[in-house]
Amino acid sequence: MTKSSFQIGELLIVELEHFQQLLDALWNRDFAVYGPTVKDMAIVHDEVKAVYDFPIGWTDEQEAAHYQLKKTGNGALFNYVVGPHTWKKYLFPPKVSLWEAKKEGALFEILPDKSSPPKMAFIGIRACDLSAIMIQDNIFTKGDYKDSIYLRNRKNNFILAVNCTKSGGGCFCISMGTGPKATKGFDLALTEIIDDKRHYFLFEVGSELGGEILSQVTTQAAGETEKQTVEKAINQAKNQMGRALDTRGIKELLYDNSEHPRWDDVASRCLTCGNCTMVCPTCFCSNIEDYTDLTGKLANRQRRWDSCFTLEHSYIHGGSVRSSVKARYRQWLTHKFASWIDQFGTSGCVGCGRCITWCPSGIDVTEEIKEIRRSVKVSTAV
Amino acid sequence: MGNRRKPRLAVWKFASCDGCQLSLLDCEDELLAVAGEVEIANFPEASRAIIGRSYDISLVEGSITTPHDAERIHKVRRASGILITIGACATSGGIQALRNFKDVKEFTSIVYASPQYIETLNKSTPITDHISVDFQLNGCPINKYQLVEVLSAYLNGRKPNIPSYSTCIECKLKGNVCVMVAHGTPCLGPVTHAGCGSICPAYNRGCYGCFGPKETPNTAALSWQWKKLGINDENLVRAFRGFNANADAFRKESEAHEK
Ligand code: SF4
Ligand code: SF4
Ligand code: SF4
Ligand code: SF4
Repeated sequence: MTKSSFQIGELLIVELEHFQQLLDALWNRDFAVYGPTVKDMAIVHDEVKAVYDFPIGWTDEQEAAHYQLKKTGNGALFNYVVGPHTWKKYLFPPKVSLWEAKKEGALFEILPDKSSPPKMAFIGIRACDLSAIMIQDNIFTKGDYKDSIYLRNRKNNFILAVNCTKSGGGCFCISMGTGPKATKGFDLALTEIIDDKRHYFLFEVGSELGGEILSQVTTQAAGETEKQTVEKAINQAKNQMGRALDTRGIKELLYDNSEHPRWDDVASRCLTCGNCTMVCPTCFCSNIEDYTDLTGKLANRQRRWDSCFTLEHSYIHGGSVRSSVKARYRQWLTHKFASWIDQFGTSGCVGCGRCITWCPSGIDVTEEIKEIRRSVKVSTAV
Repeated sequence: MGNRRKPRLAVWKFASCDGCQLSLLDCEDELLAVAGEVEIANFPEASRAIIGRSYDISLVEGSITTPHDAERIHKVRRASGILITIGACATSGGIQALRNFKDVKEFTSIVYASPQYIETLNKSTPITDHISVDFQLNGCPINKYQLVEVLSAYLNGRKPNIPSYSTCIECKLKGNVCVMVAHGTPCLGPVTHAGCGSICPAYNRGCYGCFGPKETPNTAALSWQWKKLGINDENLVRAFRGFNANADAFRKESEAHEK
């Protein structure tokens, strides 16, 4: 069945053998297509041209400080959760040049930026990561100060979300209200189903562009059985959640316990390596660095990701405000789960579990908060 | 810079392998620019000429291991405007600081036929133990781009962009997959100063700590994790006793695992 376009909300089936048509349709429209692929024994985000670039038959096993790929034997394309990369690497790149300038005599000339805004398609964004993008949209594109680089990168996107049918050891999207099903912010969303006879995807159209792209793919109308199968599969992910977090009164809990002994305990384990903030899909801190060449005739201002775990992050005249490990860990946890709410109106955490998996020390944010809550309950009960 | 005379640059060598000086020679394209901007007045690896007696910028390679060098470094300090130490030897004592954990007399008596002629100190020490320095560039060897960055910064009166955070941050900026988490490979990255560009993890190996301790290194917490990966005390001692064995944090951690 081909049609000139599908309506928002329509549900369609695409068989595995036709999935390539979707990638082709995007490349033909001049999108650079980024999706999941295996590199160095992890599922990362990179350019994907063909179905065989996908992590076919791979799944990931995750725990605190542990990530391992495993072969499943089924040919699934999306049977993993989230890996070490986030989508922010495309929208809020790790390193970016803000401007370049040239010195001519006494004059200082800013060189024109001749690059054009990229057209990027993202394949396989999970519900939690989609929420993270919306959080960064809120930070970078609303209010008086807008981030022109983010706006430019975010302008021509195509988003194919993937609903989770399995969840990982670090996942707690249910607690944060972000998953496992994508509900908004996508052009297309799919759920992958493999049963005895078939390997197919149930697509949901989320935008006009999504409808147009899908119309270039061989599809068929979704039947009741297929819809039910998909519901069941997503429920399975809900029931497997590796972790949970009680978010009731979390802001007050953290604000009221800024001197809790648990901060000293976690400080003894924390390496201040910054991995958690780097892999977090919502962390938005950056540092500005001014460079010159040796002659001093060329200058370049660059922006790169920063982390509140570095001393420089809080460096002001006289030294760093957060010199102790305790102060830096507390900054991270309190910003994510408490002061973010005051600052942006939502939690800074979407429950993706990356900071738990990729912390080389195995520090678990849900565990730290649980411990603080537990002791407070105990002390108020006394 | 107009008609101002070119700043004079000197490179000084103490106990070292010359690898860091060679990083400067290895700059190829950049070296031409360096040569254009500064007068290279004392550079043992590149020429024998020694011009004048004072230098605007001195790069010091190597550690102090002899009584003679312990005096010479003061002369270098007096002759220098800005003094920058380059490499693990100059900043922490280098691989030769392994002697600091042993009895040097015993070594000399085994190695030399006439040990009475050997004049050497018991310890290999970093330059900062002897004089004040303006900037320390870590690495074994240093990263040539960082060297050019520090020189550019001093020549243009700006702050050098040499972050002292972990190697992990470099890994993440690059998009490396963490070898410790994904492969169970022990890695010193979480306690190691950035600068190399995370070369080893990019090739699926753990970090060897060539750039020495980062700011606020929590070596004890990392050792704990290494033990979970099956590394015993003996190998922890070895890991922390590399090119930066004498750097405070690494020395203390290796000693903590020595029985
Ligand atoms: S704080 Fe951790 S779990 Fe929450 S969004 Fe960031 S990385 Fe994911
Ligand atoms: S947690 Fe730290 S790195 Fe992340 S946004 Fe907040 S201050 Fe920045
Ligand atoms: S919590 Fe973990 S990942 Fe974050 S800085 Fe500490 S040790 Fe590193
Ligand atoms: S590979 Fe090593 S340096 Fe890189 S993030 Fe992992 S622990 Fe840190």
